[in-house]
Amino acid sequence: MLTMRFLKLIEGRGLVFLAVLTGLMLLVPIGNLAFPPGSPFHVSTGTVVLLGKYLTYAMLAVALDLAWGYCGILSLGHGAFFALGGYAMGMYLMRQIGTRGVYGHPVLPDFMVFLNYKELPMTWWGFDFFPYAMMMVLLAPGLLAFVFGWLAFRSRVTGVYLSIITQALTYALFLAFFRNDMGFGGNNGLTDFKDILGFNVQAQGTRVTLFVLTCLALMGTFIVARVIVSSTYGKVLIAIRDAESRTRFLGYRVEHYKLVVFVLSAMIAGVAGALYVPQVGIINPSEFSPANSIEAVVWVAVGGRGTLVGAALGAFVVNYMKTFFTTGWLASYWLFALGGLFVLVTLAMPKGILGLYDQLRGKFSKPATEPGREAA
Amino acid sequence: MRILALLRGIGLALCLALVALPAAAQDARPLPDEIVTRFLADSFGDTEAAIGAVAASGAPQAADMLQALGDRRLFISASAKGLFYRDGAGKGFDARTGQPADVPADASAVRLNNRLRGVVQAALGTLTLLSPDPVQRLRAAESVFKSRDPAALPAIEQALARETNARIRNVFEEARAAIIIADTKAPEASRMAAASRIAETGDQDGLALLRQLSAQATGNLKSVIESSIQTIERRQQIRQAGQTVWFGISLGSVLLLAAIGLAITFGVMGVINMAHGEMVMIGAYVTFMTQEVFRARFPHLLDWSLPIAIPLAFIITGLVGVLIERGVIRFLYGRPLETLLATFGVSLILQQAVRSWFGPTNREVSAPSYMSGSFEFIGLQITYGRLWIVVFTLVVFFALLLLLKATPLGLQMRAVTQNRRMAASMGIRTRFVDAMTFGLGSGIAGIAGVALSQIDNVSPNLGQNYIIDSFMVVVFGGVGNLWGTLISAFTLGIANKLLEPFAGAVLGKIIILVLLILFIQKRPRGLFALKGRAVEQ
Repeated sequence: MLTMRFLKLIEGRGLVFLAVLTGLMLLVPIGNLAFPPGSPFHVSTGTVVLLGKYLTYAMLAVALDLAWGYCGILSLGHGAFFALGGYAMGMYLMRQIGTRGVYGHPVLPDFMVFLNYKELPMTWWGFDFFPYAMMMVLLAPGLLAFVFGWLAFRSRVTGVYLSIITQALTYALFLAFFRNDMGFGGNNGLTDFKDILGFNVQAQGTRVTLFVLTCLALMGTFIVARVIVSSTYGKVLIAIRDAESRTRFLGYRVEHYKLVVFVLSAMIAGVAGALYVPQVGIINPSEFSPANSIEAVVWVAVGGRGTLVGAALGAFVVNYMKTFFTTGWLASYWLFALGGLFVLVTLAMPKGILGLYDQLRGKFSKPATEPGREAA
Repeated sequence: MRILALLRGIGLALCLALVALPAAAQDARPLPDEIVTRFLADSFGDTEAAIGAVAASGAPQAADMLQALGDRRLFISASAKGLFYRDGAGKGFDARTGQPADVPADASAVRLNNRLRGVVQAALGTLTLLSPDPVQRLRAAESVFKSRDPAALPAIEQALARETNARIRNVFEEARAAIIIADTKAPEASRMAAASRIAETGDQDGLALLRQLSAQATGNLKSVIESSIQTIERRQQIRQAGQTVWFGISLGSVLLLAAIGLAITFGVMGVINMAHGEMVMIGAYVTFMTQEVFRARFPHLLDWSLPIAIPLAFIITGLVGVLIERGVIRFLYGRPLETLLATFGVSLILQQAVRSWFGPTNREVSAPSYMSGSFEFIGLQITYGRLWIVVFTLVVFFALLLLLKATPLGLQMRAVTQNRRMAASMGIRTRFVDAMTFGLGSGIAGIAGVALSQIDNVSPNLGQNYIIDSFMVVVFGGVGNLWGTLISAFTLGIANKLLEPFAGAVLGKIIILVLLILFIQKRPRGLFALKGRAVEQ
């Protein structure tokens, strides 16, 4: 009975998605650890890291899809939530360096010694304690999203206005984190990590473990998101997306619904950022750049918004393209390709890759109505 | 003390000699023979008398000669019975005529002692105070103000009596007041008058002098000095505030210029044009290319390249805008979020296109002659470049306002945006008007690029620096309201510059952004919201 309910909840393509992720989670570590380099089944550590990075992007995309695809909140600030989670993790990793920094200071990270800090700023207190750092991974983006969303939704800032002010927020954070006075490493950000929970971040075993954890986190995120969108709460979200005023007149406190999904989405983005940092090995203010947030939106659009699976798929496809283009003679054409993708998807594939099949079938049979089209 | 008194005596003697000087004294003429004879005697007493005579002679080479004497470059030659000097570069001159001449081999330097050096310096100071060159007079007066040497007082009085240039006169008077007030032996009444005189026009130097003196002064003099200090401080504060406001207006006009095109595409049409910044960037590159063509073909007309770039930039970016509207945006009307994504894609493509065409580095657009330099206006330093941009921005703004309010095209634009179907029923070609409106907004962004090429780096990333600011300006001012955009741009510009001294440039900008975000929460439709049904879309 429970299994049946679960299967119904996840839907067909969701099951495929979970199966693929499980496969990745099992096969990639085996390929990396069990087969020696040179074997056709060997997966290089570089590939593991790359795949892990894509998976954190996919998590970010799922988080964004939850807010945009199901509730119509086009946030251009999710890159900032992602980066905030990343910074919280980065701060923990910085504290773990201990005396192994260039200056060998027992408490202060290298950049603080360099900038003549005398003691650890209050913002850094407690970050040597892993559970506290993990709490901040959730709280920093969550609180920001809560305060911002509470103000914005209560005063009914919607649509493009919301997008523009989320972008302004991202831009403000972008400028702020570049400042040395902020005490977050300024321009260079946080890097040169050594340990995570006592394991060397560079070690093969740690990398594979992080990869597996990221797979699990993405699966967890997906299931939670499915549960949310299939619940009554999720139906109200969709109603808000399609006709906000009508939903309000029906008696729902629209701003509360939006606030919950927005904060949740920001927290998931923060977790994705926290998983991203130890795998990539650096976090710097350019993660806050407004263009990054818009790029995340396009992953969702490419995959197909309002599908969750599509968002993750879009993140994978676009980032694979990016890796393909930027490592080779095609590098200078990458922005043409990305820009073209933005235009193509919005003009020709409003439902993304996942919607392409329906779209094509609709074209050749009877003209299908397009629900949610007027939502925009 | 004795030396001081002596110097004063010499200064007085010089002045008396100069009073007797006819106006034609500045004309070139040889030094009288007796001066040469006195130098040739080479006794300290004769030399001293000769120095006074040289200063009084009014000969054009007198200053060079005295300078040479002070540096031991003035020579006497027994064989030639002449007086020679070398300039700083070692070139020889005949001191009598001031003409270039070879210094004879047996020449020896005129001997000096410390007292004579003082005499030479005083004579030089007086000479420059009376120099026919206003720049030299000004510099001499300023140096007297700084040294406050009482010995220079008679010379200053003398120079003041002859001075006609109001600005230099002012500096002379200040210098005189500075000498009197610093002289502890002067009568208290005249020192008090001097303090008030410094308070009238004094600046930072005057303030420093008064502060230094107020510590030593007592009684009435102290209170006068202190009120003078307050007067100067108050004037400086006002001037500072004026300067800040001017910088704010200057920044505001840049914001307005960048945002004004967006006020059309976003404000009037409701299109979220993320490629707006790239239109500005293209405008800047058009300017660059126009200037390159002028540099290569018509170098003598280089100053004209900017005025010619304006219509070119308008046409080219306008055409690009029409292309974007026809190619992308028209399929997306009514779907603002998709428009946002598609135009962002367009902006990436345009950036990369420019990058592969012109390269990623900054391009140099030089300022025409009428835009370089600065002038002082009621104590404010104003550069011509900034002034031109402010004026240009206002011209563009009012031209646009006129276009929207007073031409058939403007009427049609407003009709289409207010009620598309009604407008179509009245026979307006709404699609054509859409394309024209978008082209107009883009063209104006291009014009903005021409002006911004003067103050920013012309690089493919130029537009990205302005896009968020531009959206903030339009949203803050109230969408669809040009006057709102104007007020919002200047408000943000001035607020930014007011915050800068306290918070620094970056933090100031962050604070403004956060305040804007909070403001939009409070008034989601901006300062001047459109009223009525059009609001709810």
